[in-house]
Amino acid sequence: MATTPPDLDKPSTQLGTTRSASGVRLGDRIFRGSSMGAGIFVLVVMAAIGTFLLIRAIPSLTSNESNVLTTQNFDPDNNDWGIAALAYGTLVSSIIALILAVPVAIGIALFISHYAPRRLAVILAYVVDLLAAVPSVIFGLWGLRFLSEHILPIERWINDWFGWIPVFGGSVNSASSLFTAGVVLAIMILPIIAAVCREVFLQVPRAHEEAALALGATRWEMIRTAVLPFGRPGIISATMLGLGRALGETIAIALILSPSYAINASVLEIGGSTFAANIALRFGEIAETGRSALIASGLVLFLITLLVNMGARAVIARRKEFSGASA
Amino acid sequence: MSTTLLPTNEPTREPESRSLLPETRPLPGWMPWALAVAAVGLSVLLLLALGSLNLPLAVVVSVPIFAALVGLASARLEGTRRAKDRIVTVVVYTCFALAILPLLSVLITTIQRGASHLTPYFLTHSQRGIGPRDEGGGIYHGIIGTFEQVGIAALIAVPIGLLVAVYLVEYGRGALARAVTFFVDVMTGVPSIVAGLFVYTAILLGFGTTPKGVWGGLALSILMLPVVVRSTEEMLKLVPNDLREASLALGVPKWKTIVSIVMPTAIGGIVTGVMLSVARVIGETAPLVLTVGATDSINFNAFDGPQASLPLIIYDQAFRSSPYAQDRAWATALTLILLVLILNLVARGIARWKAPKAR
Amino acid sequence: MAKRIDVSGLNVYYGSFRAVEDVNMTIEPRSVTAFIGPSGCGKSTFLRTLNRMHEVIPGARVEGKVTIDGEDLYGQNVDPVAVRRTVGMVFQRPNPFPTMSIYDNVAAGLRLNGVKKKSQLDGIVETSLKGANLWNEVKDRLDRPGAGLSGGQQQRLCIARAIAVEPEVLLMDEPCSALDPISTLAIEDQIAALKEQYTIVIVTHNMQQAARVSDTTAFFNIAGSGKPGKLIEMAPTPKMFSTPSEKATEDYISGRFG
Repeated sequence: MATTPPDLDKPSTQLGTTRSASGVRLGDRIFRGSSMGAGIFVLVVMAAIGTFLLIRAIPSLTSNESNVLTTQNFDPDNNDWGIAALAYGTLVSSIIALILAVPVAIGIALFISHYAPRRLAVILAYVVDLLAAVPSVIFGLWGLRFLSEHILPIERWINDWFGWIPVFGGSVNSASSLFTAGVVLAIMILPIIAAVCREVFLQVPRAHEEAALALGATRWEMIRTAVLPFGRPGIISATMLGLGRALGETIAIALILSPSYAINASVLEIGGSTFAANIALRFGEIAETGRSALIASGLVLFLITLLVNMGARAVIARRKEFSGASA
Repeated sequence: MSTTLLPTNEPTREPESRSLLPETRPLPGWMPWALAVAAVGLSVLLLLALGSLNLPLAVVVSVPIFAALVGLASARLEGTRRAKDRIVTVVVYTCFALAILPLLSVLITTIQRGASHLTPYFLTHSQRGIGPRDEGGGIYHGIIGTFEQVGIAALIAVPIGLLVAVYLVEYGRGALARAVTFFVDVMTGVPSIVAGLFVYTAILLGFGTTPKGVWGGLALSILMLPVVVRSTEEMLKLVPNDLREASLALGVPKWKTIVSIVMPTAIGGIVTGVMLSVARVIGETAPLVLTVGATDSINFNAFDGPQASLPLIIYDQAFRSSPYAQDRAWATALTLILLVLILNLVARGIARWKAPKAR
Repeated sequence: MAKRIDVSGLNVYYGSFRAVEDVNMTIEPRSVTAFIGPSGCGKSTFLRTLNRMHEVIPGARVEGKVTIDGEDLYGQNVDPVAVRRTVGMVFQRPNPFPTMSIYDNVAAGLRLNGVKKKSQLDGIVETSLKGANLWNEVKDRLDRPGAGLSGGQQQRLCIARAIAVEPEVLLMDEPCSALDPISTLAIEDQIAALKEQYTIVIVTHNMQQAARVSDTTAFFNIAGSGKPGKLIEMAPTPKMFSTPSEKATEDYISGRFG
C-alpha cells in the first residue's frame, strides 16, 4: 500500500531473520545485562564498605592494649582507646533528638495530612522538604554561632529547676553539650520523620475516617481511632529512619560539641563525642594507628546504622503486606 | 440554631461549627481570639513577675496558656470531648510553627550575617595568602571544587542509578531484585562519613594515592546513587504499562522501548530527581574531610592534588573565632543555601513543566 | 500480504493456572474474525498469544502450536520482536505515546526499527493516516501532540501507528470499548476497509459489533471461576448469530447469561 516500500529488516515472508542464535536480540541482552549488573553493583558496594572498613580496622584492634568496648579514652596512637564514650555520646544525642523530634514530626504530619487546607498543605510540605535540603554544615554553623548563645539560658533554666535530676545536673557554663547537639539533630531529622509519617497518614483508607466521623467522633477522636492505629508501623519505621540519620550525623555535631572522652550523666555539661564527629575531628591530626582506630569506630557506626535501617525497612515492608494500602 | 433538634442541612463534618444537641453550645467565633489575647497578657504578667521578660520566652509561655484557656472554655461550654479536640488542634498548629521556626532562623541568620560579604570579589577570588585572621579573600576555589566534585559524583551515580532503576522496574524479578530494592533502601541510610571512610580505605589506602577532588566525587556518588535510584524508580513506575505494550506490539525490541518510549515519558521526573539528589550532596562535608585534602588555592584539576569545596570552607572557617573568618563562613553558607535553593526550585519547575498532561 | 493463522492444541498458563485450554482454529487471510465471550473466558489472553504479547505478562507461557502461513510462531529461533512486526496489535484503551507528535506517533514503529529517511517516512505516515481514515482531520497539525486528540481519534491514530509498520495481521483487543458510539462507528468502518489488506482478529464484548464487522465468529466460554477458558464454537458470523450449533452459544448470544 505504501508508495515506497519500507526497507525494514524484515522480508515479508520470513519471521525470524533478525534472530540471534538464542532467539534473544543482542541489544536486549546487553541492556538487560548491564542493568542487572548495576543492580548487583549496589550489593557489591554495600559488601565492600563493610569489608574494606574491617580490613583496615584490624591493625588498631590488634595493637590496642585497652578493652575496646569499655574504654572511654580515645588515644589510639598510644594504644589506649575504646568506643564506650563515643557510643554513649552517639546514643544520648540521638535519643534526645528522637524525644524532641518524633512528637513534633507527628504533629507536622497530621497538620499537613488532616488539618491544613489543601493548598496550604502543599506549600507546607514543600517547606518541610526545604528544611531537609539545608546542608548539615550550615546547621552546624548555625548551632555553633547562633543557637548556642540563645539556648544557653534555657539550659541554665533547666539546670536551675531540674538540676536535682542527674541528667540535668552539673554546672552549665557552655552550650557545647550533648543537649544542644540533640536539639540540632532533632531539627535535622524532623523532615524525614515528618515526611514518612505524612505519607502513611495520607494512606489511611478514607472509609475508616468517614466511619469514625459518621459515628459522631470529633476530629481528634477520628485521628486517635482511625489514623494513629493505622499509621503506627509507619511512625515506628519513620522513627527508626530518623534514628539512623541522627546516629550518623557528622559535621553539625563536630562543630557544636567540645569533644571529651568521658561518660557524663549530665547532658547539659560541656563535652561528649560521637562516632561520626570524632572521625571528622580527629582524622587530620592522628597517625596511622589512630586512623585505623577511627576506621574501626566507623565500622561500628556502619553496622549500627545498617541494623537500624534494615529494621525500619522491615517494619515498613510488613505493614505493606498487611494493609495492602500501597501498591 | 440554639435549640433546634431537627437534622439540618449543615455539614456535620466540622463538628465544632454546629451542634445538634441542645445542651451544648459551640464556642463563639470571637472566643479563641479573645483567649489568645488573654494568654499573651497572662504570660507577659507571669514573666514580669518572675523578672525574665523577653519576646521568645513570652511566645513560648503563651502557647500552653492559650491551649489551657481554650481547653477550659471549651470544656465548660462544649464538653470535654470538644475540649480535647480543640487542645489537640492547638498542639498540631504549634508543631508546625516549631518546624518553621528553625528553618526561618537558619535562613534569616545566614542572610543577615552573610549577605553583606557576598560580593563579586568574594565569588571570584581564592583564600590564597590570606590567613584566618586576615580580612578579605573569597571562595572561588571552593566553587570550582564543589562544581567539579559534584559533577564527578553525578557522572558516576546518574548512569548507574538509572540502570539500577531500569533493572528494578523493567527486568527485576525474584530474590535478586528484592535484595537490590532492600539494599538501595538501606544504602540511603549509610552515614556520609562512612562513605568517606570507604573511599579512604578502598582507594586512598588501597592504591596508596593522595587526596584529590575526584575521590571526594566518588564518595559523594555513593550517597547520591540510592537517591537517584529511588526517584527514577518512582518515575518509571508511573509510566503506564499501555505505552510499553504499544511499543512492543509495534515490533520494537524491549531495550529500545525502554530507551525511546519509557525514559522520555518519565524524563521530567527523572531530571527532577537527579537535581534533588545533586542538591542533597552539594552540601555534604564529612566525606570530603577524609578524601579531598584541603587547600586555599585554586585547583582546576580534580585529578591532581587537594581541592577546596564550599562545605569544607564553611567547616574550616566556622571553627575560627576571628570575625573575618566568621564573615566568610556565613557568606559561604549563604552561597551554598542559594545553590541548594536554586537547584530545588529549578527541579520543581521542571517537574511541573514536564508533568505528563494527558494520563 | 495478509496471512493465514493456524492454531492447534494451544494451552495458555499463568504460572500453574491454566487460563485457556486446547484451542484449535484456523483464521483465514483477508477476513475479520471476532472473538466473543463472557469476561475472564481467556479470549484476550488467547489473542495475545497470536503475536507473543503474552510474554510481557510475568509468568505467562504457552503450550501448543501457532503457525502463520505455515511458519511456527513459537519455533526455536523465532524472535518475538520479528513476530510482532508481522502481527500488529491495537489495544483496548487508546495509548498514543504522550511525548510524541501525531506524525512521530505514526512514524514511531518505523523509526525505532531503523527507518530514518524523511521522504520515505512522510509517505508512509500519510498512507497510514489515510488508511486509518484520520488524515483529513489531522493533516494540518501533524506536529501537535498525539495525546491532544479525542478518544476516537486517538484510537484511529493507534491503528495508523500499527499499520505503518506494514504487518500482515492486525489484532484488536476491544478497540472500541473506551469510545463513544460515533467513534465506534468510525472504527468499524475502518475495520471493513482494512480487511482488504490485512487479516484482522478482534476481541469484543459487543455482540452487535461482532455481527456487524466480522466474517467469522468464535465463542469462548468458561465453565466456572478457576476453570480454564475454552473455544466452544467457531462458525461464519451469519450462521453463528442465527443457528448456532451449541446451546451455550445460543444462550450467550440471546443474552440469557454472561
